[in-house]
Amino acid sequence: MLSIDISKTLAGSDKNFDLSVSIELKKREFVALSGESGSGKTTLLRILAGLESADGEIVANGIKWLSPGYSMPPRERNIGFVFQDYALFENMSVLKNLLFVNNDIKLAYRLLEMTSMSDLSGRSPSTLSGGQKQRVALCRAFMGRPKLLLMDEPLSALDPATRSRLQHDILNLHDEFATTTVMVSHDPGEIYKLADRVLKIDHGRIVNDSRPLEHFLHTSGSQKFSFRGELLDIIKRDVVYIGIVAIGQQIVEIVLDSNEASTLSVGDTVIVGAKAFAPEIFSKDSR
Amino acid sequence: MNTLSWTPFALSLKLALVTTLILFCLAIPIAWWLSTTKTRMKPFVEALVSLPIVLPPSVLGFYILWALSPNSPIGSFFEEYLDTKLVFNFTGLVIASCLYSFPFMVQPLQSGFESLGKSMIEASYVAGKTALQTLVRVALPNIKPSIMTAVIITFAHTVGEFGVVLMVGGSIPEETKVASVAIYEMVETMDYGTAHIYSAIMIGVSFIVLLGVYLFNRKYRRNMGIA
Repeated sequence: MLSIDISKTLAGSDKNFDLSVSIELKKREFVALSGESGSGKTTLLRILAGLESADGEIVANGIKWLSPGYSMPPRERNIGFVFQDYALFENMSVLKNLLFVNNDIKLAYRLLEMTSMSDLSGRSPSTLSGGQKQRVALCRAFMGRPKLLLMDEPLSALDPATRSRLQHDILNLHDEFATTTVMVSHDPGEIYKLADRVLKIDHGRIVNDSRPLEHFLHTSGSQKFSFRGELLDIIKRDVVYIGIVAIGQQIVEIVLDSNEASTLSVGDTVIVGAKAFAPEIFSKDSR
Repeated sequence: MNTLSWTPFALSLKLALVTTLILFCLAIPIAWWLSTTKTRMKPFVEALVSLPIVLPPSVLGFYILWALSPNSPIGSFFEEYLDTKLVFNFTGLVIASCLYSFPFMVQPLQSGFESLGKSMIEASYVAGKTALQTLVRVALPNIKPSIMTAVIITFAHTVGEFGVVLMVGGSIPEETKVASVAIYEMVETMDYGTAHIYSAIMIGVSFIVLLGVYLFNRKYRRNMGIA
């Protein structure tokens, strides 16, 4: 559906580097772009939208979007773009924001219905919460029935419950409108829930192209569990050492022997794994 | 004390209205361009636009006279082909005022456009709109306080100008004798009574105009939930 082969020199924190990406996206695919900040994810998204220039070629369904000496303006590409800061038109009501893209009132009401926003259609964007604003932005992005939907960390500013709600909305809309979607995200749970494919970008290159499960499951060999974390501290207690490790939002203690304690140092990224271990699992509320 | 004539005030208002109208149309595309361009020429254009703020009005007036006089190429062209003189009449005043007040219209509009979220403008492009549609339907409606400021300050500045007007227009009653020039003449002829009345009117009108701008902007910000 979309064939991308582009390059662009980007200014890095210490030195310039080349964003150089060559990929094919299939129709209806949901692709997550992950990678550290400054690695070129947002730039890639903006190049796809035509908001930034680049060398190389982009071909969408046989139509050239970018070729040497030519760049199709964003307005002709028929894409949806969801910005991190919502980018709603403050001078228009929720409904007018949608109709600005495409004067199709039936579609507008259907989208607002799908995202439970119908009651707020007459409100001004400045009176909405962050989650509500992003739902409006999402609806607006679908008003042109885009073949390609681009989202730049759309949920990063929202609380977990709202995120979960919007992830559901995004998936619904993606399926309903049969779009190809590219989303920048850092959240493994979110990527696993939504994406069919994860592209990891590092310093402008794609270093990993896999399915979400393969991408995030870091166990190897006979390990049952394996978590990546940061070693925060090593404390000596009697004859053993205790390593304090931050894994996600949790902090755990790991017993280390003196050999391990001497080879590791505080600040290291470590992998904590367990073998032959039958865990119990509870719902959070039942305990 | 002479009988009070309203003609200088009417002339000042007419000049300010015409100047504001012309500058509004001229300044929007330039301010929009300045706020979006990435060209290296931008500082040069900005400096050129702001020049009338720092130049003595006499310098500006002198060059306008020199450029528009019947002996100059521009002046002789207008006189020969359009049968219009460009100095010592109302047309000359309008041209001079437009040059003199130009930065007062461009700067507030430019900073208004620059304060708009970049993504709001990009969202409009992605939504299939041209630059002109984006300007008219998204950018301008979202910078109402800046438009208000630009229009009122330009208007007030034109009413208040003196040096350029005197040099380019002289003091021809009912043609170029605007309020500020009239007051100058009254003081010169020691008609202090009338000068007091005229000056007081100028102060009153100016204060009310500025008060209006600040009240509007405060109300707008409150409505938009900004402050």
